[in-house]
Amino acid sequence: MNISYLYSLIAVIVLALFAYVGSKFGGGEALFGIIFPLLAGLTFTVGFIYRIVDWARSPVPFRIPTTCGQQKSLPWIESACIENPTTTAGVVVRMILEVVLFRSLFRNTTCELKEGDKLAYRWEIWLWVGALAFHYAFFTVVVRHLRFFMEPVPVCLQFLETLDGFLQIGLPGLMLSGVVLLAAAVFLFLRRILTPHVRYISLASDYFPLFLIMGIAFSGILMRYFTKVEIVNVKAFTMGLVTLQPHIPDGIGGIFYVHLFLVSVLLVYFPFSKLMHLGGIFMSPTRNLTTDTRAKRHINPWNSPVKIHTYEHYEDEFREKMVDVGLPVDKMLEAQPPEAPEAPETPEAPEAPETPEVPEKPEVPAEPEAPEAPEKKE
Amino acid sequence: MSEDLNPEELLSSIAPKPPKTGWMDTPVDIKKGIYSYAANPKSVEYLSLPHARQWNPAEEDWNLPENWKEIITQGFRERLDRFRSVKVFMDICVRCGACADKCHFFIGSGDPKNMPVLRAELLRSVYRNDFTTAGKIIGSISKNFKKMIGARELTVDVLKEWWYYLFQCSECRRCSVFCPYGIDTAEITIMGRELLNLIGLNIDWIATPVANCYRTGNHLGIQPHAFMDMMDFFTDDIEEITGVKVEPSFMKKGADILFITPSGDVFADPGTYTCMGYMMLFHYLKEKYGLDITWSTYASEGGNFGFFTSHETMKRLNSKMYAEAKRLGVKWILGGECGHMWRVIHQYMDTMNGPADFLEVPVSPITGTVFENAKSTKMVHIAEFTADLIKHDKLELDPGRNDHLTVTYHDSCNTARGMGMFEEPRYVIKNVCNNFYEMPANTIREQTFCCGSGSGLNAGENMDLRMQGGLPRANAVKYVHEKHDVNMLACVCAIDRAALTTSVEYWVPDVEVTGMTELVANALIMPGEQKRTMNLRSEELPGMEDDDAEEEDV
Repeated sequence: MNISYLYSLIAVIVLALFAYVGSKFGGGEALFGIIFPLLAGLTFTVGFIYRIVDWARSPVPFRIPTTCGQQKSLPWIESACIENPTTTAGVVVRMILEVVLFRSLFRNTTCELKEGDKLAYRWEIWLWVGALAFHYAFFTVVVRHLRFFMEPVPVCLQFLETLDGFLQIGLPGLMLSGVVLLAAAVFLFLRRILTPHVRYISLASDYFPLFLIMGIAFSGILMRYFTKVEIVNVKAFTMGLVTLQPHIPDGIGGIFYVHLFLVSVLLVYFPFSKLMHLGGIFMSPTRNLTTDTRAKRHINPWNSPVKIHTYEHYEDEFREKMVDVGLPVDKMLEAQPPEAPEAPETPEAPEAPETPEVPEKPEVPAEPEAPEAPEKKE
Repeated sequence: MSEDLNPEELLSSIAPKPPKTGWMDTPVDIKKGIYSYAANPKSVEYLSLPHARQWNPAEEDWNLPENWKEIITQGFRERLDRFRSVKVFMDICVRCGACADKCHFFIGSGDPKNMPVLRAELLRSVYRNDFTTAGKIIGSISKNFKKMIGARELTVDVLKEWWYYLFQCSECRRCSVFCPYGIDTAEITIMGRELLNLIGLNIDWIATPVANCYRTGNHLGIQPHAFMDMMDFFTDDIEEITGVKVEPSFMKKGADILFITPSGDVFADPGTYTCMGYMMLFHYLKEKYGLDITWSTYASEGGNFGFFTSHETMKRLNSKMYAEAKRLGVKWILGGECGHMWRVIHQYMDTMNGPADFLEVPVSPITGTVFENAKSTKMVHIAEFTADLIKHDKLELDPGRNDHLTVTYHDSCNTARGMGMFEEPRYVIKNVCNNFYEMPANTIREQTFCCGSGSGLNAGENMDLRMQGGLPRANAVKYVHEKHDVNMLACVCAIDRAALTTSVEYWVPDVEVTGMTELVANALIMPGEQKRTMNLRSEELPGMEDDDAEEEDV
């Protein structure tokens, strides 16, 4: 298990080298610059939609939201309209809080055994901070890159860029999002390998996307601040991609192809991996349903028909005993009650010594509900 | 067994770190004291569930049906197609680990396979191998690759691991509160147990109560005459304690309300005192307001161990509630104190066995309150019902009779996270007890801890597991016991009443366990009652021996 991250790291390095070297050969630029990105974009789009549709094909037979606040019951008890939402509006707010602010992760605690016998719980905010930083930085970076695909660049993007670069360090100005993205990815990686239990559950498929994103952020930072790629050429190239008139301009270095190829790999990898949590969170039945389950009937499309034990059946088996203790019965006793055919096979009934049909005790001790010896009070 | 392992030893046995070998390379070790006995084949047969047979988890050969693998794979596929929850939860976990130390079984054992994420990975690994494109492609390249992406083949050992760990989850859903995607391990455990049931791998503590319930109407297999004996017995006790002879009504056609509660309350202390509490409360309401509440022996089980077997079995057992209400022609149903019973009622019953169009929208005829929140299911919780009565001043109460108690309240997992009933029981308890303290915030309400024995794990042979799982709850009780002298742990769940009694005796011996309605009945001033010198447990009430005055404190 522990070598999972090494393999993932090696895989990302190999991919990067592959793009760097490959782009130098004849036709390589077209392959890494045009064919791979277009195929990747296509795979991502089709794959993502397919996965969502595939999930949606399975119905939600039961309404199983996790209620995290007071239910709506009596009018004088204040109910939690977001944590236990009975209205669609409440669900929408709950979902927004989940998606935008990671509400549930915000609750995170750690539990520790102190002084040998005391469990202590502590609010654990860092995973939430790291995750939020990571996702927002990623989001900003993606949005910021839209400028490469739009001409003219919309005002809102220009504004975002100003905001992102508000520190005004260096030239070209430092974009906070790229740095935060790299730092947050490193944090998430370190957390994975340094926390024993998290390391224990981590798979190569957890490390791989982290390294991939680190690689993308790193190559991006490298281009922007160090190798200083010719931005006008890049823009000409990306505009060619989106207008489906691709051409390879000169003067874009190998790092650019590494960057672009890693992004392509990420796009292809996305729909087949855990990264689909982006779509999945919207479909989680413990979060996206109203909790008014006793007020409104939820329909199960396949509600299985089942065999049930009817009252008539029950009375037929126990009529005599019921009459003996004065319980009302539907049919009178005159007619000898028919022996219920499947009655003899019944399992042990704790209080049924007088049932002749249960001669054998099962070998397995069965004292349901009351293993603690139900002492009868006298 | 825990009889040998004292609390200190159990605490020091908690593994602080995962083992050196990866989880796929650590074979399952089925330990005595952790696992529950296999289902009695007679019970499985009675329910016409598949592959009933004698088998023993401790033995090498589980007598699996020849085509077990096919059955599981086919069953898995069907469930992926029928439950979006399973499908989404199989795919989107990022293994962030936020759920890990939220599980009481993990906290109490340190066994990494009890981390909710890893419990789910036990199934996900097979899912990746058999049902995902990536798993199939990568898996075909090399076995090593397969392991790295967390995929593995379903083998007998994997199956045994499933069985062992799926019966170490109490479906409490605490992990789902913290999961950023709301992944609910209960859902995964439910599905896993359903798969295991397809090849006859249930535990007896679930299968036999289910068979009993199907036949006799309750988990304990209490037949109607024995049920009545118990009720008579309670009636005598109540008369001795209060001087009032209560006359519970049974299967009365045309009664106002049908009352259904877990059968554990009829047979196991301290649930029995809660049962006496119901009888006294209903007698009071009958005498004062003419409300006619009837019991049934056919539908004498609120709990539903079918929920721990399969969705279909749950539906079969649950169907009796509506069937009996319809037969008796009552207006609506009142439900007693139980945990998973209420998850089933709140989130499943109407969908499975509704619509209950033969019942009326529940209205309390005493207060006029319309229970809008239950207008479709037509079933009201006793805590909702009683809180409404107290709010409208309809019960004469003397909370002073509970003054020797310092009470705290344990939210049952299911009424907490599957319903959100937090305030109603607290309101009731605070009105019948003068001394009340909450346990620490991380251990109550939506963050409440399981008793350690939920979802059918309340057997005798798995006591180590139960005490491990009971640790976080008991530890919080210990905290308020030491800080505020709390000596009574109140709850609204029959499994809690049985399980917490054992757990608290083990971890915090000076605390006792009670149901909410027992506290209510102790405080309830019955019409025509004698001076109370004893509580429902027939224990002398301190300070009440010579006191004549009966204070009315509402």
